[in-house]
Amino acid sequence: MRDVAIIGVGMTNCGELWEQSLRDLFVEAALGAIDDAGVDHIDSMYVGCMSSGLFVGQEHIGPLMADYLGMGPVPATRVESACASGSVALRTGMLEVASGANDIVLVGGVEKMTDVGGDEATYALATAADQELEVYHGITFPGLYAMIARAHMETYGTTLEDLSWVSVKNHRHGALNPKAQFPHEFTLEQVMNSTPVADPLRLLHCSPVSDGAAAVLLCPLDQAKKYTDQPIKILGTGQATSPMALADRKDPAFLDSVQLSAERAYSMADVGPGDIDVAEVHDCFAISEICCIEALGLVERSQAAGAAASGLTAIGGRIPVNTSGGLKAKGHPVGATGIAQIIEIFEQLRGESDARQVQGARLGLAQNMGGSGASSVVHILERIE
Amino acid sequence: MPSPRYWREVPSRLRLEAARCSGCGKVNYPARPICPKCRSKESEKLTLSKTAKIITSTVIHIAPDDFLFEAPYAIAIVETPEGARFMSQVVDCDPSSVGPGMDVSLEFRLIRKEARSGILCYGFKAVPTNSWEAQK
Repeated sequence: MRDVAIIGVGMTNCGELWEQSLRDLFVEAALGAIDDAGVDHIDSMYVGCMSSGLFVGQEHIGPLMADYLGMGPVPATRVESACASGSVALRTGMLEVASGANDIVLVGGVEKMTDVGGDEATYALATAADQELEVYHGITFPGLYAMIARAHMETYGTTLEDLSWVSVKNHRHGALNPKAQFPHEFTLEQVMNSTPVADPLRLLHCSPVSDGAAAVLLCPLDQAKKYTDQPIKILGTGQATSPMALADRKDPAFLDSVQLSAERAYSMADVGPGDIDVAEVHDCFAISEICCIEALGLVERSQAAGAAASGLTAIGGRIPVNTSGGLKAKGHPVGATGIAQIIEIFEQLRGESDARQVQGARLGLAQNMGGSGASSVVHILERIE
Repeated sequence: MPSPRYWREVPSRLRLEAARCSGCGKVNYPARPICPKCRSKESEKLTLSKTAKIITSTVIHIAPDDFLFEAPYAIAIVETPEGARFMSQVVDCDPSSVGPGMDVSLEFRLIRKEARSGILCYGFKAVPTNSWEAQK
C-alpha cells in the first residue's frame, strides 16, 4: 500500500445555517479543500452522509455533489455509517489512494439537519438504532446513551458531576473555536441544572442538531509536496463493529468497537496510546467521551470519569481531548463530523490552531462512531518533518 | 408500519419466542439464522420466562412523536432467567424509582398507536415485582 497524505482542507461553520442547502454546504467545504490544496482536478470523490433522505428527502447525492462541484464525470460515491459516515468515507478514500487506483481523491461529509423539526430529526437519528428491538419500544438516542451512563455509574461509580465536567471542558475549548455552533462557556451548575432529556443526561450533556460540511483532499505522500509544504500523513486507520442493539453487548458500559478500531489503527501506525499528543473523540453525549477515552487507552480506566474535572483532557493537560469543542460545543452535523474531527487534528499538527494550539503536537488521533457504538473508526495522523 | 412488517415479528414480540444455540448454548432473542457468538446454524426454539431483572435503565423526558403524551416514562434493558436481554418500558410505577437490579415481570401491553390510520402495536412491558402499584 502507498502512504497517503492530506494536502488540503475546507469546512463550513456548524450551526443553524438556514441560508444554505445540503448542496451549498457541501460545495463550500469541498471548494475550500480544493483551493487549499491548489489541485486542478480530482480523480474521484466520496461523500459521507447519514440521512439526506430523511432530513431533506434527497438520496443519490454522490453524483449530485459531483455535478454541483463542477467535477461532472468523476466517480462519486456516498458512504453511510450513521454518525461515523464521514470517517468511513475518509477510510474508503484513503484506501483508494493507498491501493494505487487513483491519486487525487476528495472526501467530504455533509448533513443538513435543520430543514426538519425536532420530532423528525429525533426520528431520523433514531434510525441508527435497531428499529425492531429498540426504537419500537420508545427509546431515543439520548436514551441509549443514558442507559450507557447509568451502567457506567453502576459499575465504575461515575457521577453526574463527572459527566457535567466533560461539557464544561468542551465548551471552554469551543469558546475558542470561531467555527463552533455554541462558542460559549457554561458553569458546572448550569450543566447540572439544565433540562432533563433522558435520566441522567440533561440538555447540556447532549450534542446539538447542526448543519455543516467538511472536506479533505488526499494524495499519495510522495506527491504531496507538489501541493503543500506541510502535508499531514495518515499513519493509521482502523474500523470495527459491535452488536447494533445495546442489549446484545457484553457490557453496556464499555464500547468494544472503539477499542477494536483503535487497536487496528495503533497497529497499522505502529504507535500506542501513550504516543498521542492530541485527540478528537466522539462526544455525542458527555458519557461517550468518558467511554471513548478509556476504550482508546488515552487514560487509565480508573481516571477516565474524572479526566475532564482534573484537567487531564483539557488544553494544557497531559492529553488534550476535543480541542475543537467536540461535538458538544462545535456542533454535530452527523455526516460531516468525522471529517471535521480530522480537520481539527490536521490544523493542530500544522500548528494552525491559534488559541487552541497544543504545543508541539506531532501525532493526533480522531475517533468517530455510529449509533450507540455499533460502528467505530479511528485515524491516526502524523506531522511530516 | 405496514402490516406485514408487524406480522413478521409476532413470534418474538407477542409470544417471546427465542432460540437456544445448539453449538454454544447462547440464547438469541429474537431467533437468528446464525449464532453471532459461535456461528452455528443449529438451534432449538424456547419461550422466554415472563420474569426478568433490570440491567440498566433511563427515564425518557424528551420523547419520540408516537410516545409524546407518555413522557416521562422509564425504559430498560432487562435480562430473563434464560439469559436473553432486550429493551422494554417499565410501567405501573414511579419512573424515577426504576434502576439496575430491580426484579420485574413481563406483561402483554399496547406499546404504541401509530397516527390516525396506523395499526395498534402490542408487545411486552416490564412491571416491578415489588412496587406498591403492583401489589394493589
